[in-house]
Amino acid sequence: MAEEQALIRVKDLRKDFGSNHVLRGINYEIQKGQKIVLVGPSGCGKSTFLRCMNLLEVPTGGEVWLDDVQVNDPKTDINKVRQRMGMVFQHFNLFHNLTIMDNITLAPVKLGLMNREEAQEKALQLLRRVNLADKADAYPHSLSGGMQQRIAIVRSLEMNPEVMLFDEPTSALDPEMVGEVLDVMTELAEEGMTMVVVTHEMAFARQVANKVLFIDQGVIQEENAPEEFFAHPKNPRLQDFLSKVLK
Amino acid sequence: MDSLSSQFYKAFVKNNRWMLYIKGLGSTLEVTLFAALLGLVLGTLACLFNMKRGRSGKRTVGSAIAYVYIDVIRGTPTMIQLLIMWNVIMAASKNKILVASLAFGINSGAYVAEIIRGGIQSVDPGQMEAGRSLGLTRIQTLKNVVLPQAFKNCFPSLMNEVITLLKETSIAGAVGLAELTHASDMVSSATYQYMMPLLGAAVMYFAVVKLMSFLFGILENKLKESDMR
Ligand SMILES: Nc1ncnc2c1ncn2[C@@H]1O[C@H](COP(=O)(O)OP(=O)(O)O)[C@@H](O)[C@H]1O
Ligand SMILES: [Mg+2]
Repeated sequence: MAEEQALIRVKDLRKDFGSNHVLRGINYEIQKGQKIVLVGPSGCGKSTFLRCMNLLEVPTGGEVWLDDVQVNDPKTDINKVRQRMGMVFQHFNLFHNLTIMDNITLAPVKLGLMNREEAQEKALQLLRRVNLADKADAYPHSLSGGMQQRIAIVRSLEMNPEVMLFDEPTSALDPEMVGEVLDVMTELAEEGMTMVVVTHEMAFARQVANKVLFIDQGVIQEENAPEEFFAHPKNPRLQDFLSKVLK
Repeated sequence: MDSLSSQFYKAFVKNNRWMLYIKGLGSTLEVTLFAALLGLVLGTLACLFNMKRGRSGKRTVGSAIAYVYIDVIRGTPTMIQLLIMWNVIMAASKNKILVASLAFGINSGAYVAEIIRGGIQSVDPGQMEAGRSLGLTRIQTLKNVVLPQAFKNCFPSLMNEVITLLKETSIAGAVGLAELTHASDMVSSATYQYMMPLLGAAVMYFAVVKLMSFLFGILENKLKESDMR
């Protein structure tokens, strides 16, 4: 019997920045509903990997597939692909010139996916879920980092994405705000969202991830379920890495 | 030598000459306004094309054209551009306001393009990335997110460019446009006296520049208040 095709398939993904060979052949498949956590030392290419998936970086070689669409095929309409993949950034990147409501509704309205009323109604529902409905008319600068990041997540969810990419979503936050963002992500995971998360929050990885990947020297060095990954790391560099982040 | 009061009388009062200056100032303002609007539109377009790159990272044809436009305009004297517009490109037109507005607008556009480029580069690249990651096109993200922030960032420089433009139109007398400097020239030739007409024109330029700076200052503060960040 044919196994169901993975939602995301990455084949021999390579990315060079000039002579810096950052990704040197990444192979991985992500099933619908899976939560994957990526860890690795700073500069190992975690962000580059994520950004190659939605073509914010154009891979030097290899293939990225979303269902049966090759993301990095020049003939693919990348904007259509990106509508299906949400991305949450370390620095939130809310649109400074727009209110929270407009931040959330801009894309679906401009892309003709919803009319303004539908978009606003859905935005309000989502904002209620993260307890920020009262901030709809505020501008991003007036909100805390934790609030901004929850709204950035809402902005992605408004598009009904099939997968969400998180690039160190809590790294720029004051410690007391990390929890509120992780809570939203955990809830999202429980609802079945497919998620690829770069994070240093190992507790989150243990609790939420189906698989944890260790990236180093441009390839996936180790892949395992979280219990095994943290309890019995095999790769010496992973052991070294874990001893630093877990202490 | 005439007394000062007699010079003043000849320069401004006799034959209702003050009207010449007022009309001249009117033409100056007219050309400045049209040229500033044309410059803003041209400059924005030129900037966007100039910054555009194809998938391979190379310039597109449109980008190359924009680059050459900006480069050539900034590398040649405004006076030459004006004379080319009057004597060559628009030689068939007798509408001096139109010709001068075109020449100065095209000139200003090149400088505006560079100002806006600075404005865009001062916007966090994460803004564009966030827009693109949602599936918005580059143009949609520019229009709704990046440009509003860029214009705000470079508003003072843009207003400065309008003031520069106003003063630059003083060379438009070369194609016979009766702007303010030209008006003072005409009075000088009629009276064989230079000081009063030139002083009069200078005072009027200065007054307009000060008034514009004042108004732009208010606008700038409004923009800051309406803010954001
Ligand atoms: N746009 C870029 N241009 C040049 N080098 C880059 C660029 N983005 C990332 N790099 C380089 O690629 C490597 C991996 O970066 P990144 O993916 O951001 O690492 P990580 O997210 O794991 O910390 C680093 O050496 C970084 O300097
Ligand atoms: Mg990173």
